[in-house]
Amino acid sequence: MLEDKDRIFQNLYNDFGADLASAKQRGDWKDTKEICGKGREWIISEIKLSELRGRGGAGFPTGLKWSFAPKEVGSRPHYLVINADESEPGTCKDRDILRFEPHKLIEGCLIASYAVNAHKCYIYIRGEYFNEGQKLQTAIDEAYKDGLLGKNSAGTDWELDIYIHYGAGAYICGEETALLESIEGKKGQPRLKPPFPALIGLYGCPTIINNVETISVVPTILRRGGKWFSSLGRPKNTGSKIYCISGNVNNPCNVEEEMGIPLKELIEKHAGGVIGGWDNLKAVIPGGSSMPLLPKETCETIKMDFDACVENKTGLGTAGIVVINKDQDIIKCMARIARFYKHESCGQCTPCREGSGWMWRMLERMAKGEATRDEVDMLLDVTKQIEGHTICAFGEGSSWPVQGLIRNFKDEIIERNKFDPIVKKQKDIPYLVDQHLLEKENA
Amino acid sequence: MAVKKISKIQPEKFEFNKKNKETADSIIKNYPSGKQQSAVMALLYLAQKQNDNWIPLSAMKYIAKYLDMPYIKVYEVATFYSMYNLTPVGKYFFQVCTTTPCMLRGAYNLVDVCKRKISEEENRLSDDGKTSWLEVECLGACVNAPMLQLNEDYYEDLDPTKLEQIIDKISNDEVPRPGSYRGRLSSEPENTRKTLIGNKNA
Repeated sequence: MLEDKDRIFQNLYNDFGADLASAKQRGDWKDTKEICGKGREWIISEIKLSELRGRGGAGFPTGLKWSFAPKEVGSRPHYLVINADESEPGTCKDRDILRFEPHKLIEGCLIASYAVNAHKCYIYIRGEYFNEGQKLQTAIDEAYKDGLLGKNSAGTDWELDIYIHYGAGAYICGEETALLESIEGKKGQPRLKPPFPALIGLYGCPTIINNVETISVVPTILRRGGKWFSSLGRPKNTGSKIYCISGNVNNPCNVEEEMGIPLKELIEKHAGGVIGGWDNLKAVIPGGSSMPLLPKETCETIKMDFDACVENKTGLGTAGIVVINKDQDIIKCMARIARFYKHESCGQCTPCREGSGWMWRMLERMAKGEATRDEVDMLLDVTKQIEGHTICAFGEGSSWPVQGLIRNFKDEIIERNKFDPIVKKQKDIPYLVDQHLLEKENA
Repeated sequence: MAVKKISKIQPEKFEFNKKNKETADSIIKNYPSGKQQSAVMALLYLAQKQNDNWIPLSAMKYIAKYLDMPYIKVYEVATFYSMYNLTPVGKYFFQVCTTTPCMLRGAYNLVDVCKRKISEEENRLSDDGKTSWLEVECLGACVNAPMLQLNEDYYEDLDPTKLEQIIDKISNDEVPRPGSYRGRLSSEPENTRKTLIGNKNA
């Protein structure tokens, strides 16, 4: 377990207050000038040394991302964009950073802007977090007043302006290119990649996009050294992470822990255990709703980091852990997640726009026991046709949870939906036969 | 993609009041010159606030002129994002989160309370014309589930009885305090806090 002194977010539970004075007492804004004075290459190499991976879900190495920005500023200005559009079901870590540790974020913005040559930084906050945004704005105003932002920010001779841009309730705007479209004042539909935003991003200019948590840990890493950060966790999965534990646990909570902490320890120790005891556990969604769920057997042993999750056919994602116990109907829970994706699909790519609705409707019928046995395989087929056939990762995000359900609880679905399909009984009535299922015979 | 209905009753004219005009101008300055279109989301939100929590078509036309962009682009944005109300909603607008993490902790019981105490259907005004409710997707406070948003504030850790009390207060035009209804100050674990012990009650 991580020691208290090694926790980056000391004010995660707002024991001290979020204002500048108490933030400075906790060590924020200390030596910012010296850190920037060591130069861009040092900052980027130190972040590379720390092996920090993006905390927004994809886990892309942050130092590498920063190094993609052009070294020299050409005719186009560079931008830094912070993704605070936290909408993944099960995740609420960025909200606490915005309300309780805003100065960690602002200081991180300054250092990151300096490292990628950006003079302007936009923080994209989801519209629902209006109060959190106001708190961040207060902190930004404080920083301007104290000379930490603006011309010659914090004595670094670097000019930086930070602006907040509010979203308006679209999950897809958490996708980086959709977020850029949204800042440009368009509807939030993802762009094709390449070109990647690091070269052609906001207003066609080089743009680096990072999650709130990623940027907020940067100042502490640079103060304590990349070596310290990489000594936590294991190689490629280093540092600490805020885990959000919600659902059927006795004490749902956010907690900052070392990477690779066993899932069981998180649930039993920090969240007060599963409601009804560990044996009452049915499944756990380990990384926000987009990630496939884990059955109880895997939950006993799995360690929560990027690679261990991938080995178990799921992903760490945003580390939003949703615990589901046996009192719940697992198919219904997944049907609700499918409804979420149906509602949030931006409508740009047909497989996702149509498929997310199909998956939802099929799962709703399966929850009621109105589907046929063959439809379970058909549902899996639908997910395979969405996955990988869309512009952004929303296609994967919507089909993986359904695949996870079928992989782990197929027996349960079939148990509930076991009546024989009409296909076999009345094979000769062509309009009752799903031609799609007969494809192999026809071929 | 959210299905959006445009209200049949539309006011003829819309214009920002003086204060909102100033706010709008300062927001436009946040973006590079010539990129004033970026401010469209913020301006729509301002219009919504000024016009009793919904956006009429005349406001979209006004904003299109204000930002020197095609009307259809504003319309696109207004219909794409779910937080813009294109039909009138209650002065007190309850948005109940029912996505899985909230659902696991009984969000549908809150929906039942809303159905009983506000109106049978979503987005229909209550009998006194002051409140309406809507089922929404994840609001990002999963650790404090079940929760709902009333206008701009989050009401967390609810249960049906507490929601009933909130609605009763609202019908007397009394806005109850936002935040957790189980006495939590943040997203810390209740009773069993194991981390940052030294900071507690600092």
